[in-house]
Amino acid sequence: MRSRWSYVYFAFYLLLGVVLLFLNNDLSKAVITLMNVIIVLVPLIGTIFGVMYYYNSQEFTELLLAQPIKRSSIFLGQYLGVALSLSMSLILGLGIPFVFYGLFESSAIWDFSLLLITGTFLTLIFTALAFNIALSNENKIKGFGYAILLWLFLAVIYDGLFLMTLILFEDYPLDKVSLIGTMLNPIDLSRTLILLKLDISALLGYTGAVFKQFFGTSFGLIVSFVMLTIWVVMPVLRIVFKSKKKDF
Amino acid sequence: MKNLIVFIIAIFIANTSIAQTIEVCKTCPVSTLTDAITQAKDSDTIIIKKGTYKEHSIYIDKPLTIIGENYPIIDGEKKGEIITIKADNVTVDGLFIINVGTSYTEDYAAIRVKNSKNFIIQNLVLEKLFFGIYIEKSRDGKVYHNKIIGDAVEEYNSGNGIQLWYSKNVEIEHNYVEHVRDGIYLEFSDDCLIKNNISTLNVRYGLHFMFSNDDIYQDNTFENNGAGVAVMFSKRIKMYNNLFKENWGTASYGMLLKEINDAEIIGNTFEDNTIGINIEGSNRITYKHNSFSNNGWAIKVKGACYANTFTENNFLYNSFDIAYNSNVNDNVFDKNYWSSYTGYDLDKNGIGDIPYRPVKLFSYIVNRTPETIILLRSMFIDIIDFSEKVSPVFTPDDLLDNNPQIKKLTW
Repeated sequence: MRSRWSYVYFAFYLLLGVVLLFLNNDLSKAVITLMNVIIVLVPLIGTIFGVMYYYNSQEFTELLLAQPIKRSSIFLGQYLGVALSLSMSLILGLGIPFVFYGLFESSAIWDFSLLLITGTFLTLIFTALAFNIALSNENKIKGFGYAILLWLFLAVIYDGLFLMTLILFEDYPLDKVSLIGTMLNPIDLSRTLILLKLDISALLGYTGAVFKQFFGTSFGLIVSFVMLTIWVVMPVLRIVFKSKKKDF
Repeated sequence: MKNLIVFIIAIFIANTSIAQTIEVCKTCPVSTLTDAITQAKDSDTIIIKKGTYKEHSIYIDKPLTIIGENYPIIDGEKKGEIITIKADNVTVDGLFIINVGTSYTEDYAAIRVKNSKNFIIQNLVLEKLFFGIYIEKSRDGKVYHNKIIGDAVEEYNSGNGIQLWYSKNVEIEHNYVEHVRDGIYLEFSDDCLIKNNISTLNVRYGLHFMFSNDDIYQDNTFENNGAGVAVMFSKRIKMYNNLFKENWGTASYGMLLKEINDAEIIGNTFEDNTIGINIEGSNRITYKHNSFSNNGWAIKVKGACYANTFTENNFLYNSFDIAYNSNVNDNVFDKNYWSSYTGYDLDKNGIGDIPYRPVKLFSYIVNRTPETIILLRSMFIDIIDFSEKVSPVFTPDDLLDNNPQIKKLTW
């Protein structure tokens, strides 16, 4: 099951990469389009795939649990199996067409590697979140529903609420609030990370010492990566914790 | 006594021939530039040999040609102005001038031209300066191939690289200016040509125009200046083929236009600036064949801009193409290429079949609440931009490019 779907996933990214490059004829424009894809699609696929995998292999998992194997290694193994194969498909699927197109001679290589790194992080985070949801919900329909809702919330609704908050409190100094707001959502966090590369000239247009320190130095990059790592570690720890206590 | 004899001989020689040459060096009979000028007659040539000359307040009050051999150093020792030209037909060539005095009451310059005509200032290297080349109430001069390297940090205690004040018909070409306050500054100066200069890393503006009309600047490079290039309160300026690059910061522009009328902006390139062009109160300007790439805002239009035309420009990967702070529009956008255009071309005539709307709702929001910039490229923002595109409320609804190009324009 796992291998079949990750081939589909791989083929999808391969196709996407090829189509983008040959329709656009321009690497920097392709990178921008790719950014939109990575920020929206990668979390979606990670979530759905994670939930689907967990429910499908539930019976096999129960069988494994009867064996003298540590629970944490069963669930972590499953999680890593899904997350890493998804990440591999992403990296290879997008990487191959770009490499053939002449990425190594292009100046876009850093932007592109950053895209792949954030894409990998997003896969790791959202698969972990999906496993958490599946572990907490026996009901498959409920589990799927929550997973989709989680994605929708983080990808779209969160930004809407965030925007409304910023506009409502526009009379107050907001630069810290807006940075913290970004840190709390992994999708926003990855978006900011990519913005640092693509739109730095626009970001520097805003007057604010905190913004300036964040975007003008490598501080922003480091903090964003640390936050992304925390976003991976927290849900994974919860998988370990939850799987130890759960009755099957 | 010996000096007196030399002096008499020198005067004797000077009297016998017209337009002769005086050599200045440490061991020569004439060992300072000031002495040489006193001894020289009209249209003589003074040749300065290599060496260091600690002089300041040098007045050139007759038509002379002063040539430095192998860049002799004129060291002003921070005591004030170094060379002042007060005569017509003076040429200064090949000097290395350092240590101009700093003053808060007087604008000391490395070389100042005052009430003169037909001057040529070329191949100078100026370092540790306050003001560099200061041209005041003069006309018909040339400033060529100079290199001005300042060490300005703050605006209030630094001067400008090349400054023109009430001057006419001056040509400024192939100069290199860095680390001063304003690279090139024109005030009340008409009919000047500024060509092939490089102005970079300046504290304030790379080029600054005030109340100057009918000037041309072309093929210049303005890179990494504190606030880019400012063109203010001037008429009929022509700006051709300049490069504006990497002017980053909160109040930083590739070009700032304020109260500019009837100008032509053709063939310029704006790359990686926070704001490509910031327009305020400027009318009847033609923007053609410019290329805006990777800017934060390609063009930011603030109030009172009427009858401007933007045709056949390339807008490539800017975070925002055009920003307006109101929903009134009297400018024309036509036949441009927009990299974010998503329309189609069914009749294959190279022109998109649906008009392009360059102003996004998000640019309006950012204008109101600057912190929201952090949501740039979010999916939610794309959704509200789309809905605004379908039925414009906050952005000017007649601001359309009816003939967006499908392919990037080449000229």
